[in-house]
Amino acid sequence: MIDTLIDIVQLAFLAITAVAIIRIRSLFAVIMLFGIFSLLSAGLFVIMDASDVAFTEAAVGAGISTVLMLATLAITKNLEEKRPSHRPWLPLIVVMVMGAALVYGTVDIPSFGDPEAPVHKHVAPRYLEQGEEETGVPNIVTAVLASYRGFDTMGEVAVILTAGMGVMLLLGGRAARGKNDGDVR
Amino acid sequence: MKHNLILRVVSKFLIPVIILFALYVQFHGDYGPGGGFQAGVIFSAAFILYTLVFGLAAAELVLPRRLLRHLASLGVLIYAGTGVVTMLKGGNFLEYGVLASTPVAGQHLGILVIELGVGITVSSVMLLIFFTFAGYGKS
Repeated sequence: MIDTLIDIVQLAFLAITAVAIIRIRSLFAVIMLFGIFSLLSAGLFVIMDASDVAFTEAAVGAGISTVLMLATLAITKNLEEKRPSHRPWLPLIVVMVMGAALVYGTVDIPSFGDPEAPVHKHVAPRYLEQGEEETGVPNIVTAVLASYRGFDTMGEVAVILTAGMGVMLLLGGRAARGKNDGDVR
Repeated sequence: MKHNLILRVVSKFLIPVIILFALYVQFHGDYGPGGGFQAGVIFSAAFILYTLVFGLAAAELVLPRRLLRHLASLGVLIYAGTGVVTMLKGGNFLEYGVLASTPVAGQHLGILVIELGVGITVSSVMLLIFFTFAGYGKS
């Protein structure tokens, strides 16, 4: 009972934040709302017992990406989003149809935590039953990420390095020019 | 923000705690939630806080971009290098079982080492991206 209530309140806050992000034109406020959205999502992940994902969402979504978006805003110096010149009816219809299709699709999804769901039938039972014996690591998430799916995680780390290199190549060159030592906003 | 006394004092208290928490998340990821990725992000958050309060120039004295670039590559090298070491020891790529005397000990060691690699790369890339954005058109 109380769980359902918490779920509803969290999702309502999430929806309110999403609507506010769309309506508000001040980009600074929108970035702050994005941070709040991430934090609310992290709360939802905790409710669903996915503490590792919640941790990542809170650290990356609410923390780092907010700071990076603020840093970007400081570079662009354009703090207001322009109002659209016309009413975008066609995109709205497309989005509504797409959303309805996705909601229709969720009807066939197995209910949350269903042990008979296909994802819990493939390799997951083996990880859960033998993961700790085979790796000596009690946290199954770490065991899967680092050991069973170690190759995937290596790819992710390479992606992060590539992203960093991309940013440095695109923006890093300009930083060397100009001489004034300014504060960071 | 050079003249904001309260921020300066409070962040000086907070930064060591944040770094300590990052190290806890890094090396305790086997037992609780967390791991290299989260630890790297938290570690970089401590230095981003330092940069926000004390300025980019001061932060780059602690962690120069040159060093960060090398660290970012070093993390991936540690990860892939672990895989190469397991191959040299007669296993498959990233088969940690061959690293130590027993397979379980090897797995534990391998996971610890690659998580360290992940943590180093993530924290230095996050800081590099932030420094690049913050220093754009300045310094």
